[in-house]
Amino acid sequence: MKWLSDQALDRLRAAADSPDLSGTGYVLLDKLGAGGMGGVFRVRDTALDREVALKVLGIADSSGEFGARLLREAKIIAQLEHPGIVPVHDVGTLPDGRVFYTMKLVQGRRLDQHRDTFGGLPERLRTFQKICEAVSFAHAHQVLHRDLKPQNIMVGPFGEVLVMDWGLAKLLGPVSEVPAEGDKAPKIPGSRVALTGYDPAEAETSEADTKHGVVLGTPGYMAPEQARGEVEVIGPRADIFSLGAVLKFLIEATGRTPKALAAIAGKAMADDAQQRYGTVEELANDIAHYLDGLPVSAYPEGPMTRLWRWTVKNSPWLLLIVAYLIMRALFILWRAR
Amino acid sequence: MRDDANLLRQDNFPVTRWSLIVAARSAAPEERQRALDILIAAYWKPVYKYIRLRWEKDNEQAKDLTQEFFFHLLEKDFLARFDPQRARLRTFLRVCVDHLIINEDKAGRRLKRGGDTQVLSLDFETAEGELHQVEIPSPDSMDDFFEREWVRSIFSLSLERLREECQQRGKAMHFRLLEFYDIDEAGKEFTYEQVAQQFSLKTSDVTNYLAYARREFRRVVLEQLREMTGSEEEFRREARTLLGVDAS
Repeated sequence: MKWLSDQALDRLRAAADSPDLSGTGYVLLDKLGAGGMGGVFRVRDTALDREVALKVLGIADSSGEFGARLLREAKIIAQLEHPGIVPVHDVGTLPDGRVFYTMKLVQGRRLDQHRDTFGGLPERLRTFQKICEAVSFAHAHQVLHRDLKPQNIMVGPFGEVLVMDWGLAKLLGPVSEVPAEGDKAPKIPGSRVALTGYDPAEAETSEADTKHGVVLGTPGYMAPEQARGEVEVIGPRADIFSLGAVLKFLIEATGRTPKALAAIAGKAMADDAQQRYGTVEELANDIAHYLDGLPVSAYPEGPMTRLWRWTVKNSPWLLLIVAYLIMRALFILWRAR
Repeated sequence: MRDDANLLRQDNFPVTRWSLIVAARSAAPEERQRALDILIAAYWKPVYKYIRLRWEKDNEQAKDLTQEFFFHLLEKDFLARFDPQRARLRTFLRVCVDHLIINEDKAGRRLKRGGDTQVLSLDFETAEGELHQVEIPSPDSMDDFFEREWVRSIFSLSLERLREECQQRGKAMHFRLLEFYDIDEAGKEFTYEQVAQQFSLKTSDVTNYLAYARREFRRVVLEQLREMTGSEEEFRREARTLLGVDAS
């Protein structure tokens, strides 16, 4: 056998890494990226003549565990039909046995790459609100993301936001749900039924990675209970912690962080899950209040701040009254002469 | 209609073979010898080249030390100490090489093997020639160098096996195209249409043959790797190293 140069090694490696799509109806275009379980490729759907993204396992596994996980991820995303969540189109297996699924090819940039191109603080906060809407929708369908971070959020050219990579998603069930006091996470009665064709109980029990002690997530964006591997107590508030970290990431680049916003991020990222917002809506509401110049629940205001806010809010009336009083005083002075 | 069972049943991942590590520790001499032969085939070149460059040994010293190392592997049950939970086999063997040479240098001598000791028939001249074709690594990147040479060795063995398999199945052209398009320097300049002209094939045949050869190459690489690793986790990690399936 002839000697393999370094260039030949790289080409062979790329050739072996490229998925063999024969018989799938897709044509390989290029590689978009790689993750823990496999790679994502840009492919052409020959039937519909459009480009889509194809996520495929890096290595087929003898136990089928990883294939089952990828399939489970695809099914979870497929149930979450929301403008802020990337839609899944198809699932299948390659000739070499690797499981894949295809999804919408998202045009845009990751939030971490996009952060410095935002126009200003209000634009950042409106983007954050869209992220909250997608996560809130998932929570309403009993799905936790568990790996929210700027790298998993895409911002499109028209400001659209997509929450990506649901590989660590967890389906909440009665057993794993934490009965947290004040927890107002939206629950849809019978949402398990809504997940047609998918048995959440089966997914829960078949998931090796949801056992106690297994740490999944990203440091800095992972809630303390998640970092400790306390899988059974992880609830919507773990995602709220991650959202707080994303908010902090967005606002810290603006220079001086307004105290109210810092307080919102701080509350979302409280070490004690019970001290965080109860739901994503509560967090999003505080952001909306901030944008509207209203008080936020995370930041109790002192009397002077309240007075100032009242003054600013009622400034048109106050100006009219002051103007009236000045005119009145001038009139009295003129009459006295 | 596809269902989960169908999707997952199609997973034609090769049936796990008996790990070479287990076989190399076997009491059955034939099984043990077969396993060690495969391990030696995969590792002797990386070990020789590593000794030459990392330990700056000359050609003759490196030959002797390589023979010495595999003598220990064969006779002294090195692998009994290997724990797949603690390290990769590749790392374990490299550290064993380091220890052997440190001990040799400390003693200021070379261990003498017995007169009836088996001397492995290894093509050191070829390995030495190959050494002149690679960029000399910096001292702090010797681990990467050893890894790169290991990848080269596994890929070479896999290609050899694939060539034999293709010939047996009457698919020699499939292998020839892989060799031309993915290995030869000139191949990267060609389009599929040009390759088709060159080999008097249809363009669709070229893409199909290449897809087959690449898929089979991947399968052979993973099969070899499966044999040479001690645990599922090690297998997956080494597969990432070999195929670069996880660049994150």
